[in-house]
Amino acid sequence: MPKQQMFLERKGYRMRRLMDAVRLVPILGLGLWMVPLLWSHPDEPGGSVSISSALTYLFGVWFVLIGVVLVLWAKTRFIASETMAQTSDDAGD
Amino acid sequence: MVGLDQLILVCLAYVVGLFLVAFLAERAALRGQGGWLLRSPLVYTLSLSIYCTAWTFYGAVGYAARSGLEYLTIYLGPSLVMIGWWWVLRRLVRIGRSQRVTSIADLISSRYGKSNVLAIVVTLMAVIGVTPYIALQLQSVVLSISIFATTEFVGAADGVDSFDATQAAFLVAVGLALFTVLFGTRNLNVNERHHGVVIAVAVEAVVKLVALLAVGVFVVWGLGGGISETLSRVDASALGAWEVSASRWSALTLLSAAAFLCLPRMFQVMVVENDDERHLQIASWAFPLYLLLMSLFVVPIAVVGLDLMPDGSNPDLFVLSIPLSQGYNGLAMLSFLGGFSSATSMVIVATLALSTMVSNHIVMPVWLASRHGGATQSGDVRKVIIRARRLSILLITALGFFYYRASGGSSALAAIGTISFGGVAQFLPALLGGLFWRGATRSGALCGLGMGFAIWVFTMLLPSFGVDGALSGAAFEQGLLGLGLLRPQALFGIEGLDPTVHAVVWSLSLNTLSFVAVSIFSFPDPIERLQGAQYVNVLEHDGPARSWTASVAGSEDLMIMAQRILGAAEAQTFFRKGADQQGRSGGLPEPTPSFVQALERELAASVGAATAHAMVSQIVGGTSVSVQDLLAVADESAQMLEYSSQLETKSRELSETAEQLRTANDKLTQLSVQKDSFLSQISHELRTPMTSIRSFSEILRDAAVLSEEDKTRYASIIHSETLRLTRLLDDLIDLSVLENGQVSLHLGEENLGQVLDRAITTSLTGVEAPLAVSRAEEADEIWLRTDVDRLVQVFINLITNARKYCRADDPALQIRIGQTGQYLEIDFIDNGHGISAQAQAVVFEKFVRLTGSEGEGAGLGLAICQEIMARLGGNITYLPTQNGTAFRVTLPASAIARAADRKSEVLPAT
Repeated sequence: MPKQQMFLERKGYRMRRLMDAVRLVPILGLGLWMVPLLWSHPDEPGGSVSISSALTYLFGVWFVLIGVVLVLWAKTRFIASETMAQTSDDAGD
Repeated sequence: MVGLDQLILVCLAYVVGLFLVAFLAERAALRGQGGWLLRSPLVYTLSLSIYCTAWTFYGAVGYAARSGLEYLTIYLGPSLVMIGWWWVLRRLVRIGRSQRVTSIADLISSRYGKSNVLAIVVTLMAVIGVTPYIALQLQSVVLSISIFATTEFVGAADGVDSFDATQAAFLVAVGLALFTVLFGTRNLNVNERHHGVVIAVAVEAVVKLVALLAVGVFVVWGLGGGISETLSRVDASALGAWEVSASRWSALTLLSAAAFLCLPRMFQVMVVENDDERHLQIASWAFPLYLLLMSLFVVPIAVVGLDLMPDGSNPDLFVLSIPLSQGYNGLAMLSFLGGFSSATSMVIVATLALSTMVSNHIVMPVWLASRHGGATQSGDVRKVIIRARRLSILLITALGFFYYRASGGSSALAAIGTISFGGVAQFLPALLGGLFWRGATRSGALCGLGMGFAIWVFTMLLPSFGVDGALSGAAFEQGLLGLGLLRPQALFGIEGLDPTVHAVVWSLSLNTLSFVAVSIFSFPDPIERLQGAQYVNVLEHDGPARSWTASVAGSEDLMIMAQRILGAAEAQTFFRKGADQQGRSGGLPEPTPSFVQALERELAASVGAATAHAMVSQIVGGTSVSVQDLLAVADESAQMLEYSSQLETKSRELSETAEQLRTANDKLTQLSVQKDSFLSQISHELRTPMTSIRSFSEILRDAAVLSEEDKTRYASIIHSETLRLTRLLDDLIDLSVLENGQVSLHLGEENLGQVLDRAITTSLTGVEAPLAVSRAEEADEIWLRTDVDRLVQVFINLITNARKYCRADDPALQIRIGQTGQYLEIDFIDNGHGISAQAQAVVFEKFVRLTGSEGEGAGLGLAICQEIMARLGGNITYLPTQNGTAFRVTLPASAIARAADRKSEVLPAT
């Protein structure tokens, strides 16, 4: 049985952490997009968030997430594709 | 003003264009050209955009006008799913490819033991859930046409009447069905991609994006006066401030994410039409970007529309009516085409996906059951399947059309969309459970789906027809059958929830609960367990796919069946490949389990897993796999594990042996070096006395005149050298005898004091230089039982060494006795300056004489002492911590004769 290495050299280590980031980005996105749950409504005390700032916030998060995923894709496309290509080759025709 | 005729003309031209594009794509794919485009990630991402239907195109603006930013949830859910592709979509696509899945019903039924019941349930739920959605598309197209129609005939008395909405809807439905039949059923194998459809969908994706962006740009910069002005206008509008309820925000995001995974049309483009898993990775950022662009201008359009348009105009159609009211007919036309694209692409893919499900899971099983000959009959089944699929397309489109007619096309678009989402979201627990949990069972999935679906119908679908529509007002007020617990918008008496949140929370939670609970308490059959293991472990390995054990299947029968489904040429190619793999040239392959498995997968790509399984089992006969087989598979892997661990042990043993060999080799080499140096030492030691003997004897022989005195002197030199030689040879013989273990010990008993005295007397007799020797008195108390003469030899050696080498002014030797339980220790300590640390290491080696010491010894004395002590069962060591040179002779307790015995014998003698 091929044993998994416990410690990797620097490059492999960096790649592992990037793949961790790929896994964690959606959780970050969910957290940021659920922030509006905390905003108060106009009828509540403490003032409300104007629709333009709400709009700016939500779309800003959206842009940032797309940017992050894009960067991660550029950095990890090769390892992610390697693991995928193996099986897609024999699973396809 | 755009005329209705003009509109229809443009519309027709657009449709013809689409047909042309699809046709060209199909032809290119057939010729193997254009793969760079047809199989590109761009086309894949764009085809995902059928998520954005007319509901999104028109409805989002209406939604925003009515409920503010809540419309965004419909996009945020799918964006999160795409961004988190690594978690779910990657597995889904991998399974879709490795199991040749044809639809979401196929996936779920295949996961839960290729159960056709489950496939039928999922198919029916999908049809019921999606039909309103198709109706919605027809409605939006008709609504958008009617805008043009009413503006054209505005002022004319018969304006609205002259436009027959039903007829228009009918024509649109027929056109869409025709397109889907033409391009969606060209090939049977669903895994062979529908390039025509996909490329047409991609083109439509571009059209709707461009149209919406164009309207948005026009509204923001043309009417709104720039970004900041538009934003302040937004703040000043009725939308005002953030007013979305927290529960709706989270529930709708969850709902849209679930629907994105479960919608049959999304499954079709995302999993079934996926060509390369890497495209998914690119779509993970490209598709959220598309969604962002689609939703970017929704709020400005809604706000400007609310400002500009007269009260009572439908906000769902602002995208169209704003440019029209401003006289921008070209833009209005583009916007219309965008909406038309959204509607048509959705209908095409949805009917395609649903028709695959209906024909594979409902029509085919019925057809198979109705013919007693079963799958072995001759005749082409392919025609039957394709006909079934075409019929299903027509049927589903017709259903949508009738739903449209029945509902009257009045309700807001967003409401219908949410209801549809709620229906398909019920697949989620069974789907995710199947992907991640091996314990999920068919009974659990059936219960969960049934529970979720029932609650959805009761709390979402039926109430949508309005009070006194499908449910009476009494049922709303007092609950179904008068039971207060069964009120459609306050189940179990829990009130105060938003109706949508209420339905989503109750249906999904009870769905999940019953799915998990029943799964835990039911037991899966063997195929379920096998499939479950393959699904959950799909990323680790393409596991042993052994679901057929009997090899009684006749290859001929399988061949006949395969030909009827795959087509003669394809089936023959497949069988030839199988035969080649088995190493049989010519003829049919053996129906080995793996071959039958591969064949079943191939068939599954055409008719779905459940049907393919049923057909193969008709020929192979009986159950295909038993618990024993599963255990056998497990055994095999256990054996492999065992074997590999054995290998590991072996290799460890080997490396240990190698290490031992290496050590032995080192020792041998060292010994050989020692032997060489020993020989050269001996020859050196022998030669020195020999040389002087030879020269003095030559003098005696040759000298003519030699004084008596000289003669005596020379002869005595020769004599002493001979003595030295003899002593050396004696020592050597002694050592060799001791080393070879040939020595025999002469055991005797003697008092230790006497032994020491004898040694002292012998070593000091006839010596001028005095050595003061003091020995411990208690030595007289100790009786030894050992080879006394050899022991005396050791003592003599030590005392003589002290006499010879002690450089103190008043040389003195102290002999101490120590007794521990196991040993008797006799220490010889002089008052010299000791031996240096390096010298200590070699002092017991042969021929070692310390530098600065003179004398006639050959350097064998201590080596001999060591050997003797080893023979006597003790040892001799250098004691480093004393002031002078100190040696310790250790004797085992067994060498001490019992003092009590001795005393009785000795006392009378004295």
